[in-house]
Amino acid sequence: MTDLPTTHVNLKGVLTSSAPTVAKDDHSEGMSYLQSVPRRMVTLYLPLSIIVFVLLFPFYWMALTAVKPDAQLLDMETYSPFWTWNPTFKHFYKLLFESHYPMWLWNTMYVAVCATFLSIVASVLAAYAIVRLRYKGANLVGGLIFLAYLVPPSILFIPLATVVFQYGLFDSPLALILTYPTILIPFSTWLLMGYFKTIPFELEECALIDGASRWQILTKIVLPLAIPGLISAFIFCFTLCWNEFIYALTFLQSTANKTVPVAIVNEFVDGDVYRWGSLMAGALAGSLPLVILYAFFVEHYVSAMTGAVKE
Amino acid sequence: MADIAITPAKSQIREASSWDQLKHNRNWLGFWFMVPAMAFLILFLAYPLGLGIWLSFTDTKIGRVGQFIGYENYEWLWDDAIFWLSVFNTLLYTFVASAIKFGIGLYLALLLNENMPFKALLRAAVLIPFIVPTVLSALAFWWIFDSQFSIISWSLKHLGLINENINFLGDTTWARICVIFANIWRGVPFVAITLLAGLQTVSPSLYEAATLDGASRWQMFRHITYPLLTPIIAVVMTFSVLFTFTDFQLIWAMTRGGPVNATHLMATLSYQRAIIAGQLGEGAAIASAMIPFLLAAIMVSWFGLQRRKWQQGENND
Repeated sequence: MTDLPTTHVNLKGVLTSSAPTVAKDDHSEGMSYLQSVPRRMVTLYLPLSIIVFVLLFPFYWMALTAVKPDAQLLDMETYSPFWTWNPTFKHFYKLLFESHYPMWLWNTMYVAVCATFLSIVASVLAAYAIVRLRYKGANLVGGLIFLAYLVPPSILFIPLATVVFQYGLFDSPLALILTYPTILIPFSTWLLMGYFKTIPFELEECALIDGASRWQILTKIVLPLAIPGLISAFIFCFTLCWNEFIYALTFLQSTANKTVPVAIVNEFVDGDVYRWGSLMAGALAGSLPLVILYAFFVEHYVSAMTGAVKE
Repeated sequence: MADIAITPAKSQIREASSWDQLKHNRNWLGFWFMVPAMAFLILFLAYPLGLGIWLSFTDTKIGRVGQFIGYENYEWLWDDAIFWLSVFNTLLYTFVASAIKFGIGLYLALLLNENMPFKALLRAAVLIPFIVPTVLSALAFWWIFDSQFSIISWSLKHLGLINENINFLGDTTWARICVIFANIWRGVPFVAITLLAGLQTVSPSLYEAATLDGASRWQMFRHITYPLLTPIIAVVMTFSVLFTFTDFQLIWAMTRGGPVNATHLMATLSYQRAIIAGQLGEGAAIASAMIPFLLAAIMVSWFGLQRRKWQQGENND
């Protein structure tokens, strides 16, 4: 058994046709041992760190701008632009106490929670019916719902604006609460269909024999088992709501009713040369709730994204 | 079989009333379960979609019901140079951004699939641009690409590469590059993480076998990874193309279509004509003009997907 590692090293030298300089005896999974450390430096860590740097730099810049004093913001010669030694919370103070920002945050939260809740209820019922009741034409309806996912808001906002106006919903949060589900339902139905399919059919058959109604089966057996799926659907829908822009821009008019993305673009962008600090503070504060939510549910995000695509 | 199971549960045998039928018949039950979702989708998706196409044949303005005017809006757009510029911009934007997103996304997925320290943390960090609302990160880019205080201009000047500030969003070519860059930045995490999930389903034993057969890394990618990933690539790229083609918020937050309409996409142009200028009919015509392009994109990726599945003899999972 003792000569096994030696074979190991020789094999590595042959396969990678590079001198076996580093005889690292690791038992890591995969075949990464076939690569030497310098080679991994160049082919893996270097490109990866460049990409990650580019992906994260805008957030660093956003955060830095938000806490920089105005004077340092525009004077890039006396102060190094990449760091500040005297951070200020002036911009955040202005945001929280001298603008409608808390109200906009509340509006966004309110709309997002209501729309998400409505969508999830509708999607749970629809997904269960399509997967488990398998009524006549269920597959067709499933396909149509998938197609609905592909209809983008940018071709719907004009007719929807006339519809919203007709129903007297213009400039009310209700307009968003009722229109956002059209974006969320197709996605979450598709996601939940995937989850429901994984729940063994036998459980439901047992319950049916015991005399449970379909409603009882759904609430007492299927939903408790599909909780990870529900969480995924919930946070993903919530993120989509928070991110939605074109409907909120079109359907809302008064400053007090706006959501964060629309309000920042419309109310904070003025001719003031010192606007950048508060603008970036607003952008940062608007992203934070989602980033915190994300930090707690990373796995669910990933499974939501990939789940809906895979199905 | 479910229906058969219900009947013996009744204590006494009686004729099924029509109420029972509504409660237990599979099709009726399915119908009741579908009502909420269908109500939303029909009222706020299918109906507006049809209404939008109808509006494009009328001269509706904000606050005024329109008359049917046939193809007049489309004839007007046909001779409108700005409309064709926006079509060109949209195609350029979609094509360049999607191609680069695919390239970098796949590369990043392959990198993240390697075994390394802090793997989970890195993956989580990579997805952040996708989580943050597009408008808010677009504002950060607006600031990064500022004409006077851009950090990029500053860095390049201090590296001695340029003498003057680059007018990122004021110059037509630079503005296009900047919005495409921002779109790529926003889209790469989605492509990368989804493809990474696909990569993880590929069995490592295939690579081991290929290594024993003396395959190079490129050969392994070309003959194992790529064919196995094709179905998921088709889906991801359909979504990517679709959302890039109909993009609105990134452009609106960064340039509003300027300078001299160089970054106007069809979506932003339709917003400008319909909501700001009040010409709902004309805006609806621009929006409806996107539909054929979208259908084409869906068809291409759909048939690409079908062919692959058939070639590999996979079943539809």
